[in-house]
Amino acid sequence: MKFFKLSIFAFAVSCMTMSHAELNIVITQGVDNPIPISIVPFSWSGSGVLSEDISKIVTNDLEQVGEFRALSPNNMLGLPDEENEVFFRDWRVLAQDYLLIGKINREPGSQLVQVQYEFFDVNRELKLAGEILTGSVTQLRDIAHEISNVVFEQVTGTRGAFTTEILYIVAEYVTPEITNFRLEKADYDGQRAQVLLESREPIMSPNWSPNGQDIAYVSFETDLPRIYIQNILTGQRRQITNYPNINSSPVFSPDGSKLAMVLSKDGSPDIYVQDLATNELMRVTDHPLIDTEPSWSADGRSIVFMSDRTGQPQIYQIELGAASYEVERLTYDCFNCAKARFLPDGVNLVHVRRATRQDPTYQIAILNIETLRVLSLTSTSLDESPSIAPNGSMIMYGTKFNGKGVLDAVSIDGRVKFRLPSAEGDVREPAWSPFLK
Amino acid sequence: MSNKFLKISIMVVSMFILAACSSTSDTEEVAEATTTPPPATTSPSSDRNQPTQEEIRAQNALRQTVFYFDFDIAEFKAADRETLTYHARDLASNPSKRIRLEGHADERGTREYNLALGERRANSVLNYLIVNGASRSQIEVVSYGEERPAASGQNEQSYSRNRRVEVVAR
Repeated sequence: MKFFKLSIFAFAVSCMTMSHAELNIVITQGVDNPIPISIVPFSWSGSGVLSEDISKIVTNDLEQVGEFRALSPNNMLGLPDEENEVFFRDWRVLAQDYLLIGKINREPGSQLVQVQYEFFDVNRELKLAGEILTGSVTQLRDIAHEISNVVFEQVTGTRGAFTTEILYIVAEYVTPEITNFRLEKADYDGQRAQVLLESREPIMSPNWSPNGQDIAYVSFETDLPRIYIQNILTGQRRQITNYPNINSSPVFSPDGSKLAMVLSKDGSPDIYVQDLATNELMRVTDHPLIDTEPSWSADGRSIVFMSDRTGQPQIYQIELGAASYEVERLTYDCFNCAKARFLPDGVNLVHVRRATRQDPTYQIAILNIETLRVLSLTSTSLDESPSIAPNGSMIMYGTKFNGKGVLDAVSIDGRVKFRLPSAEGDVREPAWSPFLK
Repeated sequence: MSNKFLKISIMVVSMFILAACSSTSDTEEVAEATTTPPPATTSPSSDRNQPTQEEIRAQNALRQTVFYFDFDIAEFKAADRETLTYHARDLASNPSKRIRLEGHADERGTREYNLALGERRANSVLNYLIVNGASRSQIEVVSYGEERPAASGQNEQSYSRNRRVEVVAR
């Protein structure tokens, strides 16, 4: 007898419009020795054709992070859908390390479907995981990503980020005078895009609250750059700032209680922190040249930012509450280093780097601030806006491809890359969500 | 009386200096403006209201509303100084006039830095206009960074058109 955990997926119903432009992933670079895995097409006992192909979604998930290679179903010796049909010898013959099987049934007396999956280590002839997930037909894609999370974590020991989402900006050029700006949200792989805000004026710098429900961004809808916070479930939004001059770069603190931002109300752009409960504003930096692009350390006690106080953009760090001159400079070996944020380890600093004045290319790189070793992750020339997956495994960033803004992702070791091209307009400024419940 | 004379002579001298240093000004806008016949010449009668050379020069200067910047440079070009002086005088003599200075950057470098850079460029024009007689309350400054490019190519020709400050009447 098998015992399965029964989980009900309760997803908030979203009333937001679906975007007409979905992003479709193209894997542009993979690893040399990916882990062989067999994902058997899940059987379906109900009538009609399901709108989503679970085994295909799981295959795409696992292949685009680069560490796995799935066996084509055409080469499988059998198509088991439950444990007693599995012959490990068959899968060893095919040099497979892991096996995922499953079946989909309609739940008796309801509109819901049950997805039963089982995951095996072929060499040890061992079942590693298995459960029944229940949801509506429209939630099959969520269920598939959830299965990908389990497989990824079982094999790599790292929590999967396949149920996460991204925010990004789309600029569509309607006429030479009119640009349509959209703030959109999609699954991490670009599917199921939704428009959260549409404007004829620029929208910039989307950022997630750690609660996964509130987002902050800059909108020029009043003709001036101002910071807004919007709840993505209810659509409710409020304007957070209305200071003179630049109001930009909102970033939620790790506990979600504060918002770091850039204001130039006192002459030049400086870093500030606003308490979201009391609206109290604290000035963090005070320098006549440009300080911008704040990000928080994991403990929320210090802020990493970029400043051109020495002439060219470099990365600095300051403790909250420290005197404005008590800044620590973190980069010295580049012509222009900017848009920095720490990986979850607090040692490796993801940033945009232009190495020398002579080479006008901007790439995504990681600086280890203890060893000072620099790893360049990308080789395109206009890379910017890096955003880190919540499990620290991938970085998504904006770049240009054939003259168009596109979103690329690269693994933190630089070995794996994939691209989410857009059908229309320039896509940019990705913001990867935290883990969503 | 002598005060007035002093003012006039300062103006005349500064005109002379400006004329002397403006000979290299050859941006597209100025070239375009000078080929347009000044409105005054369409009138055959030579009455006393016909614009002077100086007035024509001022009108042409006010037609230039886009000022271009070098890469990573926040100061406007020396060649634009004379034109901007006319803009400042125009604001000084029309206190009800309001303008908006819109700063822009090319796409190289990070977006938020470019937003700050666009503001720095607009401020360099703002400060010059104020020093030359405009009132701070007449001028609004906004930076669009790299969000509203005038040209979309990934080359210096496009980039040079995107690094700009636009003077927009309000």
